[in-house]
Amino acid sequence: MSPLRPLSRAVTAVLGVADIVLEPLQNRIGLRRMAYFFLLPNLLIFGIFILFPMLLNFYYGFTTGESILPQNREFVGTQNLAKLLDCQDFRNPNTCNEDRFWRAAGNTVVFVVVEVTLIVVFSLATALALNRKIIGRGFFRSVFFYPVLLSPVVVALIWKWLLQQDGLLNALIVSAGGQRQPFLIDSGWAQFWAIIVGVWAQMGFYTLILLAGLQSIPPDLYEAGEIDGANAWTSFRFITLPMLMPTMFVVLVLSLIRAVQIFDHVFVLTGGGPGTATLYLVQYIYTTAFQSRNYGLAAAASLLLALVLLVLTVTQLRLGRRAEAA
Amino acid sequence: MSQPFTVTRTAPYTGGVVAFLTRLQGGSRFTTSDLLTYAYLLIGTVVMFAPVLWLVVSSFKQERELTAFPPSLLPYWQQTVAVPGYENPLDLYDVTLEDGTVKRLAQISRVGINAQMIDPENPDAPPITVNIRQRQPVRYLNFSLQNYNEAIVKFPFVTYLTNSVIVTVVATALTLLINSMAAFGLSKYRFKGRDVLFVVILSTLMVPVSVILIPAFLVINQVGWVNNLLGVIVPGAATPTGVFLLRQYMLTIPDELIESARIDGATEWRIYWQIVLPLAAPALAVLAIFSVMWRWNDFLWPLIVLSRTELFTLQVGLNAFQGDLNVQWHYILPMTVLTLLPITVVFAFLQRYITTGIATTGLK
Repeated sequence: MSPLRPLSRAVTAVLGVADIVLEPLQNRIGLRRMAYFFLLPNLLIFGIFILFPMLLNFYYGFTTGESILPQNREFVGTQNLAKLLDCQDFRNPNTCNEDRFWRAAGNTVVFVVVEVTLIVVFSLATALALNRKIIGRGFFRSVFFYPVLLSPVVVALIWKWLLQQDGLLNALIVSAGGQRQPFLIDSGWAQFWAIIVGVWAQMGFYTLILLAGLQSIPPDLYEAGEIDGANAWTSFRFITLPMLMPTMFVVLVLSLIRAVQIFDHVFVLTGGGPGTATLYLVQYIYTTAFQSRNYGLAAAASLLLALVLLVLTVTQLRLGRRAEAA
Repeated sequence: MSQPFTVTRTAPYTGGVVAFLTRLQGGSRFTTSDLLTYAYLLIGTVVMFAPVLWLVVSSFKQERELTAFPPSLLPYWQQTVAVPGYENPLDLYDVTLEDGTVKRLAQISRVGINAQMIDPENPDAPPITVNIRQRQPVRYLNFSLQNYNEAIVKFPFVTYLTNSVIVTVVATALTLLINSMAAFGLSKYRFKGRDVLFVVILSTLMVPVSVILIPAFLVINQVGWVNNLLGVIVPGAATPTGVFLLRQYMLTIPDELIESARIDGATEWRIYWQIVLPLAAPALAVLAIFSVMWRWNDFLWPLIVLSRTELFTLQVGLNAFQGDLNVQWHYILPMTVLTLLPITVVFAFLQRYITTGIATTGLK
């Protein structure tokens, strides 16, 4: 960190000047109450921009009107929620009042299930491969991790360029004797690629977590297993998997919570289309609020999304505690 | 003193051919599972890295090459030649003439399937009409920065870049300052309501911006920060993740250190910045790296707060241009490369901090 030393000196010098004001303050309010001073800036921003909006969201969910100003909005009770939930058959969005919401919800469920499964499978396989004694382990680890750092916009543009009609992938298919595929124009393909690109961009992150979990398994266990005659498969099945369960669980929940909120890369890659093929819940909220200006409906939808996230988080805490106790 | 950020560093690995032959699983033999491992990792490397490489290579291509199908693997540019009597340089082609000979000619114009060509060596001779099937463009390999220059000149790339840098730097500095202050308050003092406060902060860890979009936008609107970089910078600064991370780290700093500083007459503020901050440097470094990544890559929130082009960050600007019906890839590609460049450089230099930081804290 030596190149950062002059920087940190400069920072501490600037911070030191603050004592001109803060010393009298401490003399005035006393040593213990300085805790409040230290907490103040963070709490102020936290309260105004996170906590207060969280509570206000309920108000929006139960009001209607064109205006975003709370005082100009009309209280309608559960009307927004009722409109969202007004459905004869939830599996068929055509029977629903707000069909776009249910299409988005259905798409999100499919997205979450498939993406999370693929992420768990591939990050586990990669972590197991990287945990072996191989040449260039650091290199491979970096390669798999690198896309994690890229912004969702960049990720989407990289793939859009690759998947377009005249793109490299279609060229490879044609040169292998196949037909050009409408990767981003056909709904089935668009859904497929929305998921694959998500897995591509994120699996390195979960690979790292699983790798850390694998490396924290004591080697003695494997030695003991070997003495007891365990082969590669049995030691994987009866040592690695059970020992890795808590980490697997973290991966599962983190990827689940993130998958439910899918927005960025799909928004740039497909814009939610074709039609509503890749319309997911957050994009539904975003477009309903900021393009259709229906803040009440969007807020009601985000309350439902928050509920799902709450259930997932509570499940995580519950199961996490059980895993710790076991 | 325990150091939570270095616990799970991977075991050091010393490579080399001898080690390769002796350290494989099950002794010295190259087993099937080793083969499978390498095959998987190599295929994975291609899948993970080829798309990025393709983007970078394509960004150097000439505009007309970008729409060619099948695309050439490397950036080839059309060879041109200046011919007296013509204002612009003319494209060069290898033309197969009717008698079977191949001649290098310059194209004046093209109508349908016929092209008017002249010999650049002999520009005064009358032009010949050639079927376009009979001519092959003369191209040369060229990693030219022309696309980059044009993208930077024709699009407000520098403005976006400036905005992104301002947002990233100011937000990270603010995050580090207020998060470390809060963490210090939460870890080194005992006061009424401390634990409740900590739980409230923690509980919002799981509240993503997507859930509070509308009311958060209202607050920004009322504060007057719509179309203001402050509206992008400030709300995310009080990140619960950062407070949590730093608090856990500061708990490992012994209280005796602080007590003895108090006896020596240090003010609380002085204790914070001269004792606690330097000792928490590893945790601050991890948070700084993450904050830079979060802010540089942030998309949904800036998209909502900023609607004036001159305030766009790189991510929002890139998105705006790719949304056009007629995507101008020869500008989009170089701008995308320039956007991923800083993160790539940061990764190359701070890779160990990032990977161990993630493995130990599980945050992103």
